[in-house]
This record gives sequence, structure tokens and C-alpha cells, in this order.
Amino acid sequence: MTPPITNEADRVDTVKDEEVQGEPGDPELDLALSPPGPSEEATEVAKVVVRFAGDSGDGMQLTGSRFTAVSSAIPNDIATLPDFPAEIRAPAGTLAGVSSFQIQFSSSDILTPGGMPDVLVAMNPAALKAHLSDVPLGGTLVVNADAFDTRALGKAGYESNPLEDGNLKAYRVYAVPMTSLTLEACKDSGVKPRDAERSKNFFALGLLSWLYTRPIEPTFAWIEKRFSSAEMVRDANLRAFRAGYNFGDTAEMFETRYEVKPAPFEPGVYTNVAGNTALAWGLVAGARLARMPLFLGSYPITPASDILHELAKLKAFGVKTFQAEDEIAAAGAALGASYGGSLGVTTTSGPGIDLKAETIGLAVSLELPLVIVDVQRVGPSTGIPTKTEQSDLLACVYGRHGEAPAPVVAIKSPSHAFEAAIEACRIAVEYRTPVYLLSDGYVANSTEPWRLPDVDALAPIEAAFATGANHADEEGRSSYWPYVRDPHTLARAWALPGTPGLEHRLGGLEKADGSGEVSYDPANHAAMVLIRQEKVDAVAKSIPPAEVDDPGGIGSAPVLAVSWGSTYSAVLAGVRRVRSRGLEAAMVHLVHLNPFPENLGEVLARYDRILVPEMNLGQLSELLRARYLVDVQRITKVEGLPFRASEIEEEILEALGRGDLMAKESSDGADT
Amino acid sequence: MVPTPESSAGNGSLAPGGAGSAARNVNGSGPGAGGPVANGPRSNGAGAGTATVAAPATSRKDWVSDQEVKWCPGCGDFTILAAVQMLLPEIGVRPESTVFISGIGCSSRFPYYMNTYGIHSIHGRAPALATGLAIARPDLDVWVVTGDGDALSIGGNHFIHLMRRNVNLTILLFNNQIYGLTKGQYSPTSETGKVTKSTPYGSLDAPFNPVSLAIGAEATFVARTHDMDRKHMTEMLRRAHDHKGTGFVEIYQNCNVYNNGAFEDITAKENRASNLIPLEHGRPIRFGENGEHCVVRNPDGSLRVAEVADVGEDAAVIHDEYLEDSSPAFALSRLASGPHEPTPIGVFRDISRPEYSEEVTRQVATAQASEGEPDLKSLIFSGGTWSTN
Ligand SMILES: Cc1ncc(C[n+]2csc(CCOP(=O)(O)OP(=O)(O)O)c2C)c(N)n1
Ligand code: SF4
Ligand SMILES: [Mg+2]
Repeated sequence: MTPPITNEADRVDTVKDEEVQGEPGDPELDLALSPPGPSEEATEVAKVVVRFAGDSGDGMQLTGSRFTAVSSAIPNDIATLPDFPAEIRAPAGTLAGVSSFQIQFSSSDILTPGGMPDVLVAMNPAALKAHLSDVPLGGTLVVNADAFDTRALGKAGYESNPLEDGNLKAYRVYAVPMTSLTLEACKDSGVKPRDAERSKNFFALGLLSWLYTRPIEPTFAWIEKRFSSAEMVRDANLRAFRAGYNFGDTAEMFETRYEVKPAPFEPGVYTNVAGNTALAWGLVAGARLARMPLFLGSYPITPASDILHELAKLKAFGVKTFQAEDEIAAAGAALGASYGGSLGVTTTSGPGIDLKAETIGLAVSLELPLVIVDVQRVGPSTGIPTKTEQSDLLACVYGRHGEAPAPVVAIKSPSHAFEAAIEACRIAVEYRTPVYLLSDGYVANSTEPWRLPDVDALAPIEAAFATGANHADEEGRSSYWPYVRDPHTLARAWALPGTPGLEHRLGGLEKADGSGEVSYDPANHAAMVLIRQEKVDAVAKSIPPAEVDDPGGIGSAPVLAVSWGSTYSAVLAGVRRVRSRGLEAAMVHLVHLNPFPENLGEVLARYDRILVPEMNLGQLSELLRARYLVDVQRITKVEGLPFRASEIEEEILEALGRGDLMAKESSDGADT
Repeated sequence: MVPTPESSAGNGSLAPGGAGSAARNVNGSGPGAGGPVANGPRSNGAGAGTATVAAPATSRKDWVSDQEVKWCPGCGDFTILAAVQMLLPEIGVRPESTVFISGIGCSSRFPYYMNTYGIHSIHGRAPALATGLAIARPDLDVWVVTGDGDALSIGGNHFIHLMRRNVNLTILLFNNQIYGLTKGQYSPTSETGKVTKSTPYGSLDAPFNPVSLAIGAEATFVARTHDMDRKHMTEMLRRAHDHKGTGFVEIYQNCNVYNNGAFEDITAKENRASNLIPLEHGRPIRFGENGEHCVVRNPDGSLRVAEVADVGEDAAVIHDEYLEDSSPAFALSRLASGPHEPTPIGVFRDISRPEYSEEVTRQVATAQASEGEPDLKSLIFSGGTWSTN
């Protein structure tokens, strides 16, 4: 798939269509059909980490996602990390305005977008300045030399030009005049220089495509299609891309090209998917499996809006999307739709979760399905909208007044969003409860190859609506009682409006168990509080046990790392790095955060050292400590960026008393 | 509101979500395709076979729930409940297809007393729940019951957006100019200077005029009535229900415990003739025991009350409910700044504009017609794919 362009800043690339005017393109131009011929031998490498960085108007997200698409076509295994400012266009040329996209592509199984980039593509001085410290000494810098004029250097805070002052001696620097070469390539195309200049990201893409022997046809085809309605832009982009590619070939600047061979994938059909997209599709699938129409109530917010955008396109699936006046109304409308027999979903990010709390409490009381998607971002308050965090966990587990338990499911990787969304729908429908589906800015926007599942093999979800009376009074008169429960799930009997004879009233006032009538009876309330809790606890019976990855058998390794949500990939990669040093480390990943898998207590009891890395101040750690009385060690990171494999590795090595080993490179270099 | 014809009660439209969005099997084929939800309530025969038959007649008792009504004796809410329970049998709807949704407040207890489907939800949010339900189930007859605090204070945002969207439902605002349930604080419709427990020195804020607010929020149907005239109230409820889109009725309702007599100046029998201005479409706006007062237009377009004797027989403004321009209706709503001077009652405005849930359903149907049978597999395969073996 074409990774969705999630960055607001990237809209800048697409508005080019509208902005460009002028003469129609050269009819003779047929770039797509004449790709350059094969070049000389390439050096084989196992994996590469490339980071594209530029001004937020430079189209780095687009460049990165195109590079990702062609790399997944090889197919390499890939993982990506988009990182961009919240402003649609932060002040041009400043550090605050730098947008970047990192991709790791590999001939072996990888989990993370990598730590330090092997190659930094810097489109301007600010991009170089913002990212240079991440590039290891000896690393490669591909720089748009044209952008290093006095003004731009000044804006980035450089006193002298780093391309000339010798400060980059420790790196392999390729200073390429990308802007002027792009202008030159577009010279006779009729495109105005101001517009042609904006195609320089395609020059960079072309150059990197040459350097890493990426196929070029897909990019030609993509440009043709994407810009078909704007010939000028299309031609400028095609010319720039080709010029970049040819530059690599002819400039004799680069000693060699590199090749990353296809990765061994399990047999199957794959697509490259972003978390938000897979999540939207999972909701469609969940509703279909339940044979209920999908209703989405949502209010736009970064980084969750793309789920709304995606579902709004899927009307042919019977999906109804409703952009509400605020998050309260969005949740309310979803709950109202659920009452009518739709699968009500509401999608948001942190600030919206605060607003929805009261409605979710109502859903707890009404015992109706509601899926609440929280694509977590940096908080508190507006925080940093485009940066990732996992700091809403406790808000979702506990953040409602009263005893108002609700299940929580978390997404571990972009493709897992599909399965996790179905799981959230299952629990919501079968248990008649609001369910939180936690994602985060990282999994929402990054992409990974996804082996497409057999949708016909997915298990159906049983709504089992009430169809008739379920209660008889002493005189034998039968009636429908909305709070009669299934003995196993404790789900209540759910009758839809429109069903004759089952008319009933629901409300947020406490209800008598069974009849559902308003009840202020203390003993009944106590019973209902317990029932609602037991019902959520009962979900644990329907979920798989926590699976421990400990090669020597459960309890064999001296340390256990617990991951949840998007820490999954970094934790697993970190564990692999430790193992590649001949040391033992175990791991368990939690998809269900409430309730926990039934065996989790036993699992934790088998380990002396338990590490819990989280992108918060230790929220899962608190839950585990409170629930199981275990002395877990929190590992926290709240920098708006995901953990790196090497950071996890270091923590585990410390816990093993082998911190000294960090100085030596791990032999599992796949994920850094 | 009126349920959309293709999905009205009892016509055998089976899947939740109404015709066209019936849930299908995951692979888009099989017994579920296009048909009922297999385990749905109406696939067992309930409601089937009534497709072309008019809804069986009901009587008042069919609409009365078994719950004891717990409003204070003498509360105006009783009149409204009775009016609704007497109206519904007349308009030929069915209890199983009727849903009352309320927020929180004395007024919002209403659904418990109706033998229909219903939700007593949370404070101010009934329009949100009702909007979702109405969009998801255009076959249902949805009513919202709300109070002046519920609709205009905490729920003000939802209220105005409901008006502008024109969702197919009927909304009754029980305006008693006080917070009844929380025992008598001033509300957004209380007059400035109102002395209550929370405003012992008098309230400072200017009140909303709910009719003005609704008209300003692009409402398509706006009426006002009061709890001392059940006939008028019933007529307004009927009109609001008949309206396609959001039918809004402000009901002056006496809270005899915390704001007794708030509307007496205009609704007491002896004051009605001189202080209620009945609006009748196509008729000159006149009132008074002998029609001696009338409403005339000022040169600046605003309206004022005048004496027929002074301005002549033909000077009165002719009321037109159907004007696209909302300014005349708004001007009418500004005639009285509180229920202590001549105040219009009746239908201020009744215009037609596309109804929201029908439009949503239409977009879905159009997409389904043009894009064909949707298939989950092709959805997840819709990006570029590659195979390995
Ligand atoms: C979130 C929230 N805030 C406050 C309340 C307390 N509360 C309940 S009803 C009400 C005001 C009701 O006034 P109104 O809507 O005019 O209804 P009435 O009782 O007058 O019919 C308030 C403040 C509540 N239930 N929920
Ligand atoms: S407090 Fe007022 S509004 Fe509430 S029930 Fe009593 S009289 Fe009616
Ligand atoms: Mg009130």
C-alpha cells in the first residue's frame, strides 16, 4: 500500500498540484518509460538505516514513505519512524521546523526503525544541525549544498558553514547541489523555477534510490498516478527524480552503490501498512464479524484523525461516520448508535479521552458496547501533539468516577492494529461494555510489512441480541428484563429498539439487578458494583494466557522484560541483542491491560528481576505492583520518541550486572 | 419528526441501521448478505409480515409505563407527560419504534414514564446520543426531553449543533427557568437579578431566549407553548413531530416548588388574552380579549406591539411560518424579553431543509450502489502487495 501521508506538513507537497500553473508539460517527455539502464555491481549490506530530514515544507514524510514503499517491494523487512513538528508549517529553516522520517530496511527480520542512522539526508542546515548528533562518527551525510547559504545557516544557528569549516571531518559527506540540479532538470519543462525547486525532495529520493539500488519503476508509476491531474508537477517530479538517480550514476561522487537483499518472509501476501490504517480496517472487520453496522463518532485530533479519514471513505461497507461538535458528542453519538444496534466507536487522542470520560461511565452503567480508540500523544494538556507517549494507560484503566471498570487492549505494532481492533470489538459486543483500544503516535504513523490474514477464517463475534421475554413473575407472566445476564460472560440481555414487546428504559441511575429498574437499595448497589467488576474480570477467561518468550523455559532467564503497546518491538529487539551476547533474557508482551491474562501473576512470580519499560513514568509498573505485589523495576522514557533496542539492551545488561558489555557491539546488529 | 418512509416502523426493514446497511457476512456472501442480522430480534418473525399494514392502533395506556411518576405534585411536567401520552396514539406510531432520550434534571425523568424504548442519559448530552441513534436507525421515532439547564447550560453546544444539522427528531425543552432537580439554583433562562440559593444577591447574567437561540442556530422548526393549555401544547407537539428534521418546542413549565408562578403573568387564565400572542400561519398577528392589540413592523424591521385602534385594521404583520429568511421569526422571538409582557406562542418557523440522517443514509447507499458489494479482503489488499513463497 501507499503509506498514508499523515503529517500535516506533508499536505504542503500535495497542494503543489493546485499551486502550479503555466504551460502544459512537454508532450515528448516520457520519463516513466525510459528508466536508466543497470549500473555496475553493488556492495551487499545486511541492513541500512536512512533518515530523511528537512524543513517541514520539504516533503520529507512523502520522500520517506516512497522510499519505504519501494523497499518493501524488494521485499526488505522494514520499520519506519516519522517525526514531525505539530505546526503545519513551523518557521521555515528553523530547528523547530525540521521534519524527519527514518527507515530501517533489512535483509533479515527487524523490529525497530533502528537507532542511529547510517545515512542522514539533510535538505537544509537546520536539518543537519537537529540530527547530526544522532549520526555515528564515520556515518554518511547526504546534504543539499545549495541550501547552505548565509541566511539559512544563520537561521539554523551556524556561525560558519559546516560543509566548509572542517567540522564534519569525522563523517563521510556528500554535498550535492540538489536545488540547482533540480532546477536544471526542469529547465525546459515549462515549470516555474519556484515550483520546480519544490521537487528537490524527489531528487533526493532518486539519489537514494540509486545509492541503495531500489527499483525505480514503482516511483515513476506512483508519480504519474498521484500527480496525473497536475501535469506540471508530475513532470517536475519525474525530472527531479530521474536527475537524482542519474546524478548518483554519473557524478562519480559515490564509491559504490549498496544492495540490501530480500528478507526471508514467511510465505504469504504482504502489504506495508500504517497503524492508523490497519486500525480502521480492523474496526470494519470487527463490525462485519459481529454483523453489525459500524458507526464512528469522532472529533478531529492529531494523531487520531486519519482513522476518521480512512473510515469516512468506506461508506460502501455501510460505515457511517459522524464528525461531531466535540469529543463528548462524538462519544455520545457512538453510544446512541450502539443502543440502536450499531457497533459504536469513537476515536481520539489524550485531550479527547478526558472529555469522553463521563459518557464512557454511562456506557459502563448502560452496559452497551462502545470502542474508544485513544491514539496516545505527549501530555499533559495539549502537550506535543505529534510526539508519542504511553501516558494515558491509567486514565483509561481508572479515569472515570465511581467504580467503573472497563477493559483495555493495546496495539503493539502497526499491523497488529487490525487484530487488536477486532479484539476490542469482540469484547465490547460480547460483554456489552466500553473497551479502550490504545494506540500511540508512533504505531499510528509508522509502517511495517503485514502478512495479510485470511479474512474468511476470522472468528465471528456473537452479539446475540435479545429476541423475547426472559423473565417470568410469580403469576407466570413473562416479560423482558434488560439486566438478566449470561452466566458465563455476565453480559446482559440486549434488546434493540424496534423489537415489539421488549420496550424498556435504561439510564445512568443505579439499576436493580435483573429488572433494570431504578434502585437506590444499598445491597443491590453493592451487588451491581461487584457484578460490573466481575464482568470485566471475566473477560480474562476469553483471552490467551501471557506467552513468555524464554528460550530456556519459563523462569529460566534471570531477568524478564515486560512490554505493552508499542514498546513491544524495541523490547523484543533489545532482548535479542542481549541474547546475541550469549546471555539469557526473557520477555512477555501484554496486549490486554485490563483485565490481565489469568496466568500473569504466576509468570511474574517466576522471575527475580522484572523490567517494565514504558513511555510514561511507570504506569504499568504501578498496576503490576498493586495487583501482584511484585517488585518490578520501571524503565521510563518520556522524550516523545520510542525506545531504541540498544536502550533496552543496556537496561537488561545492567540488570544482569553486565553493563560493561555495552561498550562492545552486539552481534545482533539488526535493531539498534 | 417523521420517520423516513422507507424505514418506518414495522415495515420489516430488519438490520439495525436500516435498509441498505444490513450487516453482511465477512466475505460478503452467504446467508447474511443483504439480509437480516441472523440473530437479530426481527429475524425470528417478530414484526415480519406487517410491511404494508398500518401500525396497529394504540391507546393511551399502551404508552404509560408501570413506573410511579415521582415529580412534585402540581409540577407542570405532569401536563406535558399527559399530552405526549395522549398524542402518540393519535399519530399512529408504535411504542417499540419510539425512543425517548433525556439528559439529567426533573424533566429528564420523562423516559421512565413512557412505555417505549428510552435512555435517561447524562446531563446535557441527550442530543448527542439521540443524534447517533437517529443516524444509525432512521426507522425509529426519536424524542429528546430536556430542561433549560440541561439543554442550554451544560448541553448548549449540542443543542445548537442539533439545530443546525436538522437531525430527524423532536426535542422538548421544559423551561421552568430554574434548576429543579438540584433544588433551585438559577438557570440560563432565569431573569437577571434572580435571587436563588446560589445567587443570594441576585444573578448577574442575561438569560437566553431559547426560541431566539434556536432560530439563530439554524433551526428548521421552532415553536413555543406552555403547560396551562394542553390543547395548544398537543398541537405544537404534533406539528413538531410531523416536521421532517429537528422539531424544537419550548414549553414554559411551572416548577411549583422552586420557581412557582414564573409564567403566571402570561399563562394564568385571566392574563392569557392580554399577554399571549398566538401565532397562526397566514393570519394577522393580533391578540387581546377582542383582538384589540396587534404586532406591527417598525421601520428598522423590528416588531412591536401596538393598538389596532392606533395603527388601523390592516397594519398587523401577517404571520408566515415558511419564510426562508429567519429574521421575521427572530424578530417575533424578541418581542418579549421575559414572560411578563405580551409573548408569542405557537409556531415561529417551519421550513424545509435536507434532513441529516437521511442524507447520511443516502451517501452510504450511493457509495454502495456505485462501488458494489464491499469485500473485506479487497479492502486489506487495496494497498500495494507482494507475495513470498
Ligand atoms: C455533569 C453534571 N453536572 C451537574 C449535575 C447536577 N445537575 C443535575 S440536574 C441539574 C440542572 C437541571 O436543571 P434543568 O435542566 O433546568 O432541569 P429541571 O430539573 O429544571 O427540569 C444539575 C446541575 C449533573 N447531574 N451532572
Ligand atoms: S422540583 Fe420543580 S420541576 Fe422538579 S418535579 Fe418538583 S416541581 Fe417539578
Ligand atoms: Mg429547569
